[in-house]
Amino acid sequence: MILSAEKKKSRKDHIGLSEAKNQFSIALAGNPNVGKSTIFNALTGLHQHTGNWPGKTVDNAQGDFQYRQKSFIIIDLPGTYSLLAHTVEEQIARDFLCFANPDVTVVVLDATCLERNLNLALQVFEITPKVIVCLNLMDEAQKKDLVIDLPSLEHELGVPVIATSARQGEGLKELREKIYQVATGSLQTRPRQIVYSSDVEEAVRDLLPHVETIANNPLSPRWIALRLLDGDGSFLDSLSNYLSIDRDLSPGWEESKCAH
Amino acid sequence: MKGAGKIDPLADLSPGSVCQIVSLELSGLLRRRILDMGIVPGTIIRCIRRGPSGDPTAYLVRETLIALRNEDATQILVKRLSNGEENV
Ligand SMILES: Nc1nc2c(ncn2[C@@H]2O[C@H](COP(=O)(O)OP(=O)(O)OP(=O)(O)O)[C@@H](O)[C@H]2O)c(=O)[nH]1
Ligand SMILES: [Mg+2]
Repeated sequence: MILSAEKKKSRKDHIGLSEAKNQFSIALAGNPNVGKSTIFNALTGLHQHTGNWPGKTVDNAQGDFQYRQKSFIIIDLPGTYSLLAHTVEEQIARDFLCFANPDVTVVVLDATCLERNLNLALQVFEITPKVIVCLNLMDEAQKKDLVIDLPSLEHELGVPVIATSARQGEGLKELREKIYQVATGSLQTRPRQIVYSSDVEEAVRDLLPHVETIANNPLSPRWIALRLLDGDGSFLDSLSNYLSIDRDLSPGWEESKCAH
Repeated sequence: MKGAGKIDPLADLSPGSVCQIVSLELSGLLRRRILDMGIVPGTIIRCIRRGPSGDPTAYLVRETLIALRNEDATQILVKRLSNGEENV
């Protein structure tokens, strides 16, 4: 469902994103300590945001840059291993990705431990299709003699994969160019979606028609259905908060609740 | 090797032993946390050492050291692959 410009604006205000007109918004997500702020600084030329996320507002983690006559605002999200387990950091990152509708989400992964980091990437893929994977700490991976088959990874994930060593400034030109391409829509992404067991998929199918009736919903109905099946109360609270849905009045909610 | 292939709670493993996760008998947020740490059915993990009072216990999971309370590790079922110091 398309939001009216006015609704969209007030929601972004609510979440602390002061996005100017015609500006693309770029979210930086990733596990803790993978180099998100280093990438943020390199892209924006800012130096003040080096420490950890304060965990309260996204205002002081915003910066902007110009590229090819376009303007981008970039938001450095708190580091998280997941978007589903409800620490404060996770809720901030999840709410931003769900309700601020960034034009591109860059998921920064530690190239030295992909197995651990890909969990978050797959979760982000369920929320938004406009994702770029940035494999950072490539210099460390090389030191460990790790060889990463980038074309295969890109093919498996369905999104662009850019290798960087942010501290050395390597790969950032390519990252900027991909951000531009995905933001402007000249490059289409098709992130790999997890297929769950047949009973979960069946339950999702049952819920979808109800979820699709939720008004003013910019979110993927599948993502909402999965959270309903999880019984994720924290997400439902955020959803009703941001969408101003009265949970008890909406018929969609009632039936969804019964179904799970 | 004694005990290999048996299904046991993770908490029963002694330091040095290696096992493969069979199932998580946990629910809700705790289950989510454990899954997010990369502990999913099929994962191979090694018991490293116990805390001073026998709890928590440190495990090596996907090259990361993770501490679990024994209370929680009791609800994770594993297949023993090789035994620790007690049986060596
Ligand atoms: N070797 C190497 N170190 C890097 C690279 N990128 C960042 N670092 C270092 O990794 C450390 C963490 O970087 P940050 O940018 O603060 O990481 P972060 O993801 O913002 O961390 P949190 O905000 O805590 O989640 C810093 O010491 C950086 O200098 C890289 O590509 N290679
Ligand atoms: Mg940071």
